[in-house]
Amino acid sequence: MTATPMIAADDVARYFDVSKPLIQRIVAREGKRTLRAVDGISFEIPKGTTLSLVGESGCGKSTVARLMVGLYPTTRGRVMFDGQDLSQARADSKQRSRMQMIFQDPYASLNPRWRVVDIVAEPIRAFGLIEDKQAILTRVGELLTQVGLSPLDGQKYPHEFSGGQRQRISIARALSSSPEFLVCDEPTSALDVSVQAQILNLMKELQSRLGLTYLFISHNLAVVRQVSDRIGVMYLGKLVELSPAESLFQKPRHPYTRALMEAIPDLEMTGRQRIPVGGEVPSPISPPSGCTFHPRCPLANARCKAEVPVMKPAGDAMVACHAVEEGRATA
Amino acid sequence: MSLLQVKNLRVEFPTRRGTLVALDDVSFDIAPGEVLGVVGESGAGKSMTGAAIIGLLEPPGRIAKGEILLEGRRIDNLPYEQMRRIRGREIGAIFQDPLTTLNPLYTIGRQLVETMTTHLPITPAEAREKAIGWLELVGIPAARERIDSYPHEFSGGMRQRVVIALALCAEPKLIVADEPTTALDVSIQAQVIAMLKTLAREKGTAMMLVTHDMGVIAETADRVAVMYAGRIAEIGPVREVVRQARHPYSQGLMGSIPPLDRRVERLQQIDGAMPRLTAIPKGCAYNPRCPKVFSRCAVERPELMDAGTTRAACWLYAEGQS
Repeated sequence: MTATPMIAADDVARYFDVSKPLIQRIVAREGKRTLRAVDGISFEIPKGTTLSLVGESGCGKSTVARLMVGLYPTTRGRVMFDGQDLSQARADSKQRSRMQMIFQDPYASLNPRWRVVDIVAEPIRAFGLIEDKQAILTRVGELLTQVGLSPLDGQKYPHEFSGGQRQRISIARALSSSPEFLVCDEPTSALDVSVQAQILNLMKELQSRLGLTYLFISHNLAVVRQVSDRIGVMYLGKLVELSPAESLFQKPRHPYTRALMEAIPDLEMTGRQRIPVGGEVPSPISPPSGCTFHPRCPLANARCKAEVPVMKPAGDAMVACHAVEEGRATA
Repeated sequence: MSLLQVKNLRVEFPTRRGTLVALDDVSFDIAPGEVLGVVGESGAGKSMTGAAIIGLLEPPGRIAKGEILLEGRRIDNLPYEQMRRIRGREIGAIFQDPLTTLNPLYTIGRQLVETMTTHLPITPAEAREKAIGWLELVGIPAARERIDSYPHEFSGGMRQRVVIALALCAEPKLIVADEPTTALDVSIQAQVIAMLKTLAREKGTAMMLVTHDMGVIAETADRVAVMYAGRIAEIGPVREVVRQARHPYSQGLMGSIPPLDRRVERLQQIDGAMPRLTAIPKGCAYNPRCPKVFSRCAVERPELMDAGTTRAACWLYAEGQS
């Protein structure tokens, strides 16, 4: 691909200082403590495509989402937005209006005291995209229609809507500045399945109609399969596998990816015996040595405990695993 | 004989603007050792049904009609103190959020011991030994060392195991589990489900498993009830309901689950949203969204009727309809 990617992350890291207050540290003779929420990840998202990040709670996927729209500055590494450094792009309101975010909880992300019309129009006003009041109303009406609501719904307040409808309002708001890049942080995980299907269909429709680029964050592999072009699997702040969507499901390579797929309850009821992954995600404050997955990994050996694996090509995917690299992970 | 029988249960909420009917004419039973899954969208009344059974309906909600029987004995009209004895001793409850179920000020050991000494004829010392056994059984490593820890010292998955141990430790005959795995990550969820299943099988405990996750139901339940707008839309063996649901709502619900094994261009969706309790449509509550609606649906309310291997509340299966 020669075209400039919409977003390119190069060795991006974000650490949080979770130390106790200075006095307590001195009394307890403790050092500073750092939480490595995201620890050196790299990927690109070509324009018009969807990259999904999956992983369990605490793996850093939401932090990546925030880093990619500049809600957090990076501790290390660089994010390029359409060929321009993200921090510079954010300073320019024209560039800034090209990226938007949709959040998980449609009950918390809409101001309960504002009418829907004002919620949806907020980005338009903030960026000064349209000055004329009547024109703003017309535009909001269009946006609401686009997400399957009625222009008349603009006069209502958020509490008058169900969860799915609220998520439609969040999408309308995100679309109001005509963005090209949308970061969706678990947009359907607070919704019922039947409503989730509505929202996923809507997001796919909007993508093909408006040529949007998505960074999609989810913990649900089945959802991710329906929307993604490529999928990144995260574990403890690192990408462990980055692969074209279909190939990830047909041939999961990293032991953690396999474990995740194994863990999903089986609706088809083929009666297969699932082998749950043992143990839990370790604390990102004191991650295990070497490959952070080694305490739970069935293929771990001495090298895995000592040496941190890096992302290396494996077929059409990139995998960070010694076992895969050495050919020990044959299925 | 059924362990639990729920007969024509109706739960109402008196409000200033009139009475809201949250559950209407809900009937089902659970046999000893059986797992009944209850599914449906938010607001369908799944949790309400669970709360009614364990006698913990939020006031002003009240049981307006119907009966709940445990081993043939009515438990819906018992005084609070008697019901409190049954809760814990005969019916255990597991709720979604393990943080709010556990008392943060007491060690988990104390909570387990207290539950057991309240309900079982044993000494605190015996109870403590048993508590360690339960913690080991639910998969808490180094249970003997960790029994004196406080809830906040455990991770979410471990806490939910403690909650399960707490629900099981008085050896109840029935467990009402309301979204027991929803707050957990998939890999932990799988561990917890596997554990619940084993325990139910080994101890012969019956379980009512309320969840919106069909995958969990498919793996765990023997039978499943699909709820819609405060009523049971369909009830039957889990295999039948998941694979070939009869009620159009169950069909829509199953169809809208994103498949894991393939990519589809467009997911099947149910248009619209579930009605609010204040505006439940006349006739079949699902009729405005139903793709197979016909004249009778908007007029007359269907009761559960035989529909092949399941029972569905749908006029499509009435005598004389094809």
